Amino acid sequence: MQRFLAKRAVSSAVSLILLVIAVFFLSRLTGDPTDLYLPVDASAEARENFRVLHGLDQPLIWQFLDYLRDLVRLDFGDSIRRARPALEVVTEAFAWTLQLALITMAIVSGAAITLGALAAFNLGGIFDRIATFFSLIGASAPDFWVAIVAITVFSVGLGWLPTSGTGTVWHWILPVSVLFIRPFGLILQVVRGSMITALGSPYVKTARAKGAGPRAVIFVHALRNAMLPVLTVIGDQAAALLNGAVVVETIFGFPGVGKLMIDSILQRDFSVVLAAIMVTAFAIFVMNILIDLAYAALDPRIRY
Amino acid sequence: MADPLLEIRDLSVTFDTARGPVHAVKHVSWSVGPGEVLAILGESGSGKSVSSSAVLDLIDMPPGRIDSGEILFEGRNILEMSKAERRRLNGRRIAMIFQDPLSHLNPVWTVGWQVEETMVLHGTPRAEAKAETLRLLAKVGIPDPAAAAEKYPHQFSGGQRQRLMIAMALALKPDVLIADEPTTALDVTVQAQILGLLEELQKETGMALVIITHDLGVVAEIAQRVVVMSKGEIVEAGSAAEVYRNPQHPYTRRLIAAAPGKGEIRAEAEPPAPVLSLQNVSKKYGAFTALHGISYQLGEGETLAIVGESGSGKSTTARLLLRLEEASGGRALYRGRDLFAMPPKELHAMRRDIQMVFQDPTQSLNPRMTVFQLISEGWAIHPGIVEKSRWKARVAELLREVGLSEEHMHRHPHQFSGGQRQRIAIARALALEPRIIVCDEAVSALDVQVQAQVIELLARLRASHGLSYIFIAHDLPVVRDFADRVLVMQGGRIVEQGSVQQIFEAPREAYTRALLAASLDPDPEVQARRRAARKREAGAAPPSAASAPAPSHRSAPASPAARPARCGRRNPAAAPPHPPAPPPPAHRRGRRPGTRSPAAPCRPRRGSAPRSPRSRPSATAPAASA
Repeated sequence: MQRFLAKRAVSSAVSLILLVIAVFFLSRLTGDPTDLYLPVDASAEARENFRVLHGLDQPLIWQFLDYLRDLVRLDFGDSIRRARPALEVVTEAFAWTLQLALITMAIVSGAAITLGALAAFNLGGIFDRIATFFSLIGASAPDFWVAIVAITVFSVGLGWLPTSGTGTVWHWILPVSVLFIRPFGLILQVVRGSMITALGSPYVKTARAKGAGPRAVIFVHALRNAMLPVLTVIGDQAAALLNGAVVVETIFGFPGVGKLMIDSILQRDFSVVLAAIMVTAFAIFVMNILIDLAYAALDPRIRY
Repeated sequence: MADPLLEIRDLSVTFDTARGPVHAVKHVSWSVGPGEVLAILGESGSGKSVSSSAVLDLIDMPPGRIDSGEILFEGRNILEMSKAERRRLNGRRIAMIFQDPLSHLNPVWTVGWQVEETMVLHGTPRAEAKAETLRLLAKVGIPDPAAAAEKYPHQFSGGQRQRLMIAMALALKPDVLIADEPTTALDVTVQAQILGLLEELQKETGMALVIITHDLGVVAEIAQRVVVMSKGEIVEAGSAAEVYRNPQHPYTRRLIAAAPGKGEIRAEAEPPAPVLSLQNVSKKYGAFTALHGISYQLGEGETLAIVGESGSGKSTTARLLLRLEEASGGRALYRGRDLFAMPPKELHAMRRDIQMVFQDPTQSLNPRMTVFQLISEGWAIHPGIVEKSRWKARVAELLREVGLSEEHMHRHPHQFSGGQRQRIAIARALALEPRIIVCDEAVSALDVQVQAQVIELLARLRASHGLSYIFIAHDLPVVRDFADRVLVMQGGRIVEQGSVQQIFEAPREAYTRALLAASLDPDPEVQARRRAARKREAGAAPPSAASAPAPSHRSAPASPAARPARCGRRNPAAAPPHPPAPPPPAHRRGRRPGTRSPAAPCRPRRGSAPRSPRSRPSATAPAASA
């Protein structure tokens, strides 16, 4: 178990380092922040001062080594735009995204697993039809469109919900609902397919021969067996949300890490971009470990 | 017979498939009374399991439907009951165990939990069910029940898993137990143990037992009555002995005639010149040694049978010979050259001389290839055997030789029956004109009549082509009819080798004798004699002699200490009145070395309060039953 964790940590560290290198140099390709932050008519001296202040006067390779040296001390540098430590800016935004992702995935998983299991138990029945409908919506409705339509209908038209921001519970309803759609349709399909296999398995026959009713058969015997492929997809979808649901966060003015990343790229705020990428990468690493542990918890045949 | 407990009357079940309705069973009737053992005998596709699935409401409807008939349990038609009412019968009054216990046990719950569940589903409080589970596990011979209850199905051997299934099914003392091929995938010695256990428990609780099987030997061993099914219909019914001795229906006659182990033993000839010689061959998988340096020879035109139970290393030798895996040590001399040290080019040329026929032709034949492609493929790999222009003619010839016809050439494997597929696999092997064919359990998966036909085909080819066979099998009667020499393996070692006659008529080693004793004869009388002999032998010899081979217990030492504490836990006075004591069960003595301590005989579930000492399943009280 510990060896497994250590192995995973090492392999993740390697990918993280490669990621830092790639993002560091790629972000520099977007141009010089000096041009963006200083007025067009700024003096050469002012430009020079700005460069020295942010270390942009050094050769790129020196900048990179400096960055790495600071990184070892968990210093991600300062945001040019906000004049605050980049890590602070990012963790603030990430906390919002994490909440959004957790709430959405909890609702999605609960709903998809329940509905998918019921759909598989009675193929062609009412639950199966609802499931098919949602899968189709999830696969075909683009979230930016749904988001805009939702704002138009519920905020502008009916005036029930706020259009953007995070103040109250009401602010969460639209973003969560829009983010809900795609993973719900996807996970629903996987649950349904996996449950059909599990319900047709010999051990379910044994359970029925023991006198188990439909509820025990579905939720006790089949579901736990059917969960492995479902977990994979849940992890996948959660990763997408943790990376920041850029479009949805932007539309709803949600101060999450996705919106922060887009803004920082446009603002050539390199430290923030790098910090944001590393924080989300770390979060995904932790989540993958949790998924692996969940595998082992669900299936006793899996041991690390 | 008294009133039947469970009676099927005129039952017809149909499955609606894409290709139209399939009549799985047609107007089937059978019944079983308390304390009775009924066998339903049939080959694959005969519909032998369908009626009992209907009893337990296990048929999915749709696509299945019940067209006619009734199922009477204690005189009530259960087909008219509500779903909930039927669930109350399942597991409590009528229970079932299945073939392949690994897939029929839920892999993600502990076995203790699964045994408990039977009781909890029918209203037993969890704590009580937990305690009862430990008692049940001990009863079915699982060592150290407390630890075993916390384990998962994959941590047990095949035989132990079937014991767990039995514990689960018997938890609520059902009145009827239906066992669907309960011993089919198990080794012979384990099969004997499981049948013994079923019989013992059945005698003890007085339940009715329905055994569904394809094996005449199982019928002979355990059943009082038998119904024979073919193509969804009952063709014959009667007492097991009567049906065997005096079969009325042509199908039953054919079935009995096809049972192996009755033919002439091949005459002993002068030992032929060896064509293949293995010297000190070993194979290790990490720390595990699968083969401990074995040596044997295969003579020209000889059929050498390698028999043994799972894990004996018999298939490993085959895979090493064909260099499908690399040996860890030793030599295999073929025409003076070491197969294990051959350079790739020479190995490639040699491959055509040694061919293999696998157990499952469904998996060993590529489903995307036509029969023509499958058979001719070898000629493309080994040019010079058959001219390309003659491929078609030669494939047709080979198909005729194995009893198929040339129009089969352009079909795919799934369009054939199991037996036909195995014929294709044999034709494929023959195409390269090999000198040796290795048959790894080549007839094990086939129905008995088909098995007999394939064996006959192999024997014919042996005579016409001068082939040598290495015939790997676990089924001793088949070996008896077909082989020249037999090699008995156990735990990666050769226990005994000799001519068929010597091995079958004068086995020297205890393990060989145990194997022979455990294998089932289709004749109920022979089987009755064997049981008597087994009892005597087990009584005379130390118990380990007969039970040493059981792989299920090698790995799990018994803990006799765990037992006495639980025994006598139930108050004998509270036990329900017991029916007159049944005749003493025929114990396979010494079946569970050390798991039953004579000092602590557990009380049976339906406490036969003044229990006959004869039925005490004690390994060290042999004289009592004699």
